[in-house]
Amino acid sequence: MEATTPFGRYMTKKRVMAAHTWKEAVKHKWLYVFLAPYLLVFATFTLAPVLMSLGLSFTYFNVLEPPRFIGIQNYLNLFLTDDIFLTAVQNTLVMALVTGPVGYILAFLFAWFINELPRFTRAFVTLVFYAPTIAGAAFLVWALFFTGDSMGYLNAWLLNAGIIREPEQWLTNPEWMMGVALLVVLWMSLGAGFLAFIAGLSTIDESLYEAGLVDGVTNRWQELWFITLPNMQGMLMFGAVMAIMASFAVGEVTQALFGFPSTDYAVHTVVNHLVDYGALRFEMGYASAIATILFLAMIYTKILVGKFISKIGQ
Amino acid sequence: MDTLAKRNQLALEKFRKRKGKASRAVRKPNRSLGGDIFIWIILAIFGAFFAFPLVFNINNAFKPLDEIFIFPPNLFVINPTMNNLSDLFIIMSRSWVTFTRYIFNTVFYTAAGTIGHLFFASLGAFAISKYEFPGSKFFFGLIITTLMFNPFVLAIPSFLILAQLGWIDNPLAVIIPAFGMPLGFFLLKQFMDTIPASLVEAAKIDGANEWYIYARIVMPLVKPALLTAMVFSVQALWNNPQHLLIHTEQLKTLPLAIQQIIGSPHAPNIARQGINAAGILVMMIVPIIIFILAQSNILKTMASSGIKE
Repeated sequence: MEATTPFGRYMTKKRVMAAHTWKEAVKHKWLYVFLAPYLLVFATFTLAPVLMSLGLSFTYFNVLEPPRFIGIQNYLNLFLTDDIFLTAVQNTLVMALVTGPVGYILAFLFAWFINELPRFTRAFVTLVFYAPTIAGAAFLVWALFFTGDSMGYLNAWLLNAGIIREPEQWLTNPEWMMGVALLVVLWMSLGAGFLAFIAGLSTIDESLYEAGLVDGVTNRWQELWFITLPNMQGMLMFGAVMAIMASFAVGEVTQALFGFPSTDYAVHTVVNHLVDYGALRFEMGYASAIATILFLAMIYTKILVGKFISKIGQ
Repeated sequence: MDTLAKRNQLALEKFRKRKGKASRAVRKPNRSLGGDIFIWIILAIFGAFFAFPLVFNINNAFKPLDEIFIFPPNLFVINPTMNNLSDLFIIMSRSWVTFTRYIFNTVFYTAAGTIGHLFFASLGAFAISKYEFPGSKFFFGLIITTLMFNPFVLAIPSFLILAQLGWIDNPLAVIIPAFGMPLGFFLLKQFMDTIPASLVEAAKIDGANEWYIYARIVMPLVKPALLTAMVFSVQALWNNPQHLLIHTEQLKTLPLAIQQIIGSPHAPNIARQGINAAGILVMMIVPIIIFILAQSNILKTMASSGIKE
């Protein structure tokens, strides 16, 4: 059967391609078996939650009754009537904008500096900077320093030095809370990107630097911009993905240090809001809408950062 | 320009000559002494900031009561004591679930979740890295995107799924989802990409099947990546209290049990300040020791972690 119309030709081509794909798939059937166990778990506990949030975000769902379709009502409520959500969005944006780029740049600078150190020192300094990331609940130690009475370490020190006259409520006064939160989050979230940077820096070919020297690179900053950064764009992207993950997910720290809810919702993040509706009020449709917005924000940020990174060194 | 190039050429030759014989460290070209000092100062200042809370906590855990309440506080302990640690164990064993049970739970969840994760992820990563088949590229794209979705963000929707499965308050709810962590899969796949294709091709020509290539050729070569995936998986499981998923006291995790004892910063248990420090120490020491042991392997693995768009 020879197709004559353009549409017929198109369909024939499609059919040939589908047959080819099928043949390829059958040829590799064992590889699908290899992938199946991981795929099953991944689909159930990572993909399905994302898709389910998207679906449930258009419903009213209180766990006891079956979900009821209500269109975009949840989104309207979020943006038009839920002032606390808008506060949470604002707080999350502040945190993401500060801890994201600042944490990312700090992680890179530390890695770059550490890469200049002698081998043994390098391993030790890496541990010092990375330990807070993996130390779990150790961030609670900060509570000792920021305790609000006059015996809190920071208060006592500032009082003795005559800088303040009465103790400051670091953890409950909205004036200070965001600053304290940013400090603690930055402290504990250098993350896997930091390790990727250290590893990436040490793998750049030494001869590239020598070639750069011959071409007239005169200091380490030029070296960084023209040689180092363009040669580790992949690591920079990986670090960015890790930074986005960490900075949009701040919630545990604010909940543990500042209470839930925090005074005037001063450090209430989108994740806190999500937990509030999902785990306490069981308004799952509403919570799903919050989660969906969070997912979209992360994906959008990743695309934006990717565009920026591809321009490095040009 | 010419003089500059000539100058740099000279510097380079001098550097190469000295690198060959000198036993002491030689400054690389384009590195000034001032710059090196600047780097040391910056690293020292920030290093102190990063290390201070942890060092302070480690010392607090070994301070006797009178040293904990000294004012101004000492960073380092003067008369170290094991009382805080032993008190922690005594208090915890007085509860109706013994302390060892919490330890067992967390060790079990962490070990089971990690072993399953390593097996599932390495098998899948092998298929995607060493072969190209319909859907393989698309699937890896999904993995890269989901790298961003932190467990905290996924907690509520995955709770609904686990509830559907009837796994709430069941160890399965902690263990099985850990098998599917995207980060370990991603790092294993990237590391496998660095294994020369010729090795796999040669085995194929000799008639080896996929399982043989996976188990006998690829797996022995990716030990650093396996170790790295293990470290990240242990960190994620060890520190997670899992309070949404586990409610029965006998099944609770160590971090949750310790949280119950030390209270929150808003209702701090002043008298137990030393015990708090001991609890935090017990929790943080395991991931840190594992990281120290695995550090060189982790850096080897992270060298292949780049995402190419």
